[in-house]
Amino acid sequence: MAESNPARTALRVVDVDKYFGSVCALKKVNFEVGRNEIVGLLGDNGAGKSTLVKILTGVFPPTSGEIYIADKKVDTSSYTVKSAHALGIETVYQDKSLGEKQSLWRNFFIGRELTYPLGFLKVREQKRIANEIMVNTIGFRGRGISVESRASKLSGGERQGVAIGRAMHFEKDLIILDEPTVALSLKEVRRVLEFVHKIKEGGKACIYISHNIVDVYEIADRFVVIDRGEIVAGIDRGKISLKELDEFLLEYSHGLRDRAGS
Amino acid sequence: MSRLLGILGRVEGLPVGVVLALLYVAFMIFAPTVFTSYRIYMSFFQTVPPMLVLAIGLTFVITAGEIDLSFPAVVALSGFVFTWCFETFGVAWPGVLLALAAGALVGWVNGFLVAMLRVPSIMVTLAAQFFWYGVTILAAGGLQIDIASVLSSPVHGIFVGRLFEVFPVQALWSLGLVVLFWFILNRHRFGQAIMFIGDNAEVARVMGIGVETTRIRLFTLNGALAAFAGLILTLELNVFYPTQGQGMLLPVMAAVFIGGTSIAGGQGALVGTFFGMYIIGSLEAGVVATGIGGYWVQLVEGLVMAASVILNIVIGDSGLSALSSTARRWAVGRR
Repeated sequence: MAESNPARTALRVVDVDKYFGSVCALKKVNFEVGRNEIVGLLGDNGAGKSTLVKILTGVFPPTSGEIYIADKKVDTSSYTVKSAHALGIETVYQDKSLGEKQSLWRNFFIGRELTYPLGFLKVREQKRIANEIMVNTIGFRGRGISVESRASKLSGGERQGVAIGRAMHFEKDLIILDEPTVALSLKEVRRVLEFVHKIKEGGKACIYISHNIVDVYEIADRFVVIDRGEIVAGIDRGKISLKELDEFLLEYSHGLRDRAGS
Repeated sequence: MSRLLGILGRVEGLPVGVVLALLYVAFMIFAPTVFTSYRIYMSFFQTVPPMLVLAIGLTFVITAGEIDLSFPAVVALSGFVFTWCFETFGVAWPGVLLALAAGALVGWVNGFLVAMLRVPSIMVTLAAQFFWYGVTILAAGGLQIDIASVLSSPVHGIFVGRLFEVFPVQALWSLGLVVLFWFILNRHRFGQAIMFIGDNAEVARVMGIGVETTRIRLFTLNGALAAFAGLILTLELNVFYPTQGQGMLLPVMAAVFIGGTSIAGGQGALVGTFFGMYIIGSLEAGVVATGIGGYWVQLVEGLVMAASVILNIVIGDSGLSALSSTARRWAVGRR
């Protein structure tokens, strides 16, 4: 597990800029995630959270800057979603992590199938492992859901759980959760937060993107605040109360705080 | 009983199979002389296979959330390529390979336009349908070509011969392809990629599926299958005619939908397609044989299609398994 990994950081980003044409979306972003750290990435809509995530996961390259994964430098020009996967980064999107009409055992192994030589699926083995993940890693019990169930039968929180369990099974070192609790009921949000705890227990790292401060405050080790394309603060959890964090963010969203002030 | 229903609930294509069985029972009652003799079934085994092969490919395409309207033209093109090759060089096997290659090429072009240039598949394949019929008619000079001499070629015996003098071999070929492609769709990486792409291409993409490559392969495969259908049609009739395949589009499509494949993509039912194709392929002869008159054929066809599709929606999939769990509760008497 993680103990054998000598890397100090799961991910480090140095002086990343991103321009879309002449529009600056990210400016000199420096950011890191320790190898067993949960980082809450906070910021208002349009602050640059999703741009940063897309760069981290290889959807598009940064205009300039460096990315290190497990302390090793990545060639950003040839960095793609596939290479991000190969390097141990997986993103769990709110709405596009599971094939709705497909059974859970297919959803667990899609893109990473266990196959016989000609590409035929090892169905029994996949089902067995999927069942193990469901019971042991993400703790689905009873509730009439099995590996044969279609993803559409799951609640929103359970879907996040499946996607998180899948990422953990494939030994991803860094799991990025993109607004995982949007549109979920309070009970479902609890479940997702439990899943995130399992990431921490499993010795992995996580970037938790949200604008719901309450959720983030509960689970993150550190908060990184991004505003208008710049990282404006990195605060350890122990050094700020939920109320202070809330007020701090409000000042930014109201444009009250000058950036030089942080 | 409850266990039986539980098992039945999981059997793919069962509602359609029941419709097919009921249909044959009805025909046996109303046209006993025709439908209690083996001859009518041998005739179905001769006429249905080319359409069944087409329906296999179309099931894949629809499962992937795409459509292909060009396969009738491939039936004509592949028939022409084979007959031309056979007439010109007097050999059959290279003709078979060339015909399959021609179909695959047409499919590849479709796939390239759909996947890479992002032209909607309905437009690409509609245009392709006209274009390749046009090419075929031009190349053939609008004439049919007789290839009676193909009867003595082993290719004829292998693809459309008669087992024990009566049983059309093409029925076995098409059945074998149904089995093979069932495994590819349900038990292979490629089939799974097709289902996920039809379900949600974005999910497939973020999970590392090569969406574009898979789409190109899918259309190429469908082209090759359509070419094989054209081949067995041409060999069976010993003649190529430039309009062959016309009129197959709607019956084949109807069979796929009757079979329970979702028009929304994401799931395909090849067993259902198999039964559906035999329903469609048997209706006309059956209705005529009952003696109620040829004018009734289309009306009955429409009714049977509607009934099958409704049956699929009402008791297919979750419906039947819900029914079986209800029955289990009755049987066991708990809650």
